[in-house]
Amino acid sequence: MIRGTVHIETEICKGCELCIAACPQDSLALSSNINRKGYRYVELVQDNCTGCVNCALVCPDSAITVFRQSKSAVRKIVSASV
Amino acid sequence: MNTITIPDEMELVYSKPETITDTPLHYCPGCTHGVIHRVLMEVVNEMGIAEQTVGVAPVGCSVFAYNYMNIDMQEAAHGRASAVATGIRRVLPEKYVFSYQGDGDLAAIGTAETIHSVNRGENILIVFVNNGIYGMTGGQMAPTTLLGMVTSTTPFGREQSAMGYPIKMTDLVAQLPGAYYVTRQAAYTAATVRKLKKAIEKAFQFQTRKKGTCFIEVVSNCPSGWKMTPIEANDWLEKNMLPMYPLGDLKVPKE
Amino acid sequence: MYQFQYDSTPKLMKGNEALAEAALRAGMQGYFGYPITPQSEVLEYLTEHAPKRKNVVVLQAESEVASINMIYGAAGAGARVMTSSSSPGISLMQEGISYIASAELPCLLVNVQRGGPGLGTIQPSQADYFQATKGGGHGDYHLFVLAPSSVQEMAEHVFLGFHIAEKYRMPSLVLADGALGQMLEKVLLPKDGSLPYAEKSWATTGKTKDRERNIITSLHIDPNKMEMINLQLQDKYRKLKQEIRFEEINTKDADIILVAYGLTARICQKAMDLAKEKGIQVGVVRPITLYPFPYEILSTLAEKASAFLTVEMNAGQMVEDVRLAINGKRPVFFKGRMGGIIPNPEEILLEIETIAEKQQLKNIYA
Repeated sequence: MIRGTVHIETEICKGCELCIAACPQDSLALSSNINRKGYRYVELVQDNCTGCVNCALVCPDSAITVFRQSKSAVRKIVSASV
Repeated sequence: MNTITIPDEMELVYSKPETITDTPLHYCPGCTHGVIHRVLMEVVNEMGIAEQTVGVAPVGCSVFAYNYMNIDMQEAAHGRASAVATGIRRVLPEKYVFSYQGDGDLAAIGTAETIHSVNRGENILIVFVNNGIYGMTGGQMAPTTLLGMVTSTTPFGREQSAMGYPIKMTDLVAQLPGAYYVTRQAAYTAATVRKLKKAIEKAFQFQTRKKGTCFIEVVSNCPSGWKMTPIEANDWLEKNMLPMYPLGDLKVPKE
Repeated sequence: MYQFQYDSTPKLMKGNEALAEAALRAGMQGYFGYPITPQSEVLEYLTEHAPKRKNVVVLQAESEVASINMIYGAAGAGARVMTSSSSPGISLMQEGISYIASAELPCLLVNVQRGGPGLGTIQPSQADYFQATKGGGHGDYHLFVLAPSSVQEMAEHVFLGFHIAEKYRMPSLVLADGALGQMLEKVLLPKDGSLPYAEKSWATTGKTKDRERNIITSLHIDPNKMEMINLQLQDKYRKLKQEIRFEEINTKDADIILVAYGLTARICQKAMDLAKEKGIQVGVVRPITLYPFPYEILSTLAEKASAFLTVEMNAGQMVEDVRLAINGKRPVFFKGRMGGIIPNPEEILLEIETIAEKQQLKNIYA
């Protein structure tokens, strides 16, 4: 499985939860903390993100940046397992 | 904008485009305006046409669209965005010009401007955000409000005998010979956002052909006006709005 | 003061046509309008003659509402643009004009007035003075208002209107009337291409990398910002006072001063001649800019003249500004005709005679 991760700009997140619904891996959840605007923000709660980008696509506030394993890193893993 | 360090052995696959400013959006949580703004600006960024693009903001919730789109923009009077866009495009015929309008703006007070801009085949893109309600003024009935739908001015539901029917502007516009590309999209799931982006890409590409107006309706939500959570609103959109406003192309140019 | 450059030979033209030809010569880049009597010749002339030139857009819009918003868009995009209409159509444009004034967009508006209120009549009128000079739409704003009184000025005021609009970043209005629009007269047209284009770094022409994005808007939610915008506008209107224009005829030894603009100023000159035959010394002040209004000259004349008579084709609108200028120093009388009726010199003379009697000017009224 390709590994990915997200960076969430917690200060602009409004906690609408649309990303949580869009995540096929259930990697995201609302934090129990609140940001300066008073919203409970979203955070990555599981280490199973695949970097599929769905969360960022539905985020109305462009709060999510998505990363995925680089091709060279993937190649390294593949060659190691051969 | 905060600098984000790319984690070890990772590469960036998605971030907001530089054509979106760092100004935090004023929209309510879960409102799809933000998604539509970003997708529009992604296309402008990826096509490398930010320097050649002028946008027109409407009156309605997206009146401040110019605060978020990092391009030259004008703010039009209520309903007149397509007339303003016409003025811009006529004197700058080589630029990309789009108007961004809600249902009250485009389908009520601006009906005449909409119909005539499209009928003249103005070489502009009209983005029509339809959430069936007046969001900014506090959730009153819009021309696109569904029958039976409760709003602050239809507290017992929209009744046909008194308020008429929801107007299907996109279907109307598709009948006009000046319309070049007419499609109805949405932005409430990752899949619909991907499709919306493809539609916007096509619309911007078509502008250079100078063959007529591109018109994209985006069936949208209004969690605050509908008095639902964003997730409930998107479910309601799928079950109630989409049967009335089905997604898909209404007019596609022969390549 | 703006200096006109003229052709060497005069032409015989209708007011509306001279105005349209002047617009082309002034380098107008866009015209958006809707037909309405008595100014439809402007659009007709432009649709015929603009195609002979490069890069002039002429578009018949679906309404005056659409026209004025096309003007907003095109002016915001940096083009030299104009629209024209007549009273009911200008009423429809008021919202858009307010936006244009607030967003500080230069453009030229033309109102070839007809009698009102309502659908009224297609005959000439001056009943839109309040609308033109006091704002017209919502909010605190003004237009630079010119009142031509001849076909010659119908042409000149197009150049002057564009010049002031671009110099101050505000809309200019040529306030004519149906008679001036339809009148056939000799005109010495301003030279083609003699009006240079102003620098418009604020225009939305596409954001280049070397500058911040340009935004054309009239929305400022923060009251402090909105008040600041208002203060800037008021400051602009104060500076605009250096553009005041008026004409004085025989005012030096006049006992009675007639104040009239546009078409009625011409009729007043005839009445002035008739009064002279009767031994009454009458002068005429013709405001050429209605906003800003030439208060000072009237105030100065009030030191010597014994009475003022304002003549208008309305129920008494400019007379309020004349009274403000005179400020109670002398009596200010009013003679008006309405509904599209042009007053004749004889009825004005009758007023003059009555005033002369009231003011006990009988010694010269021999």
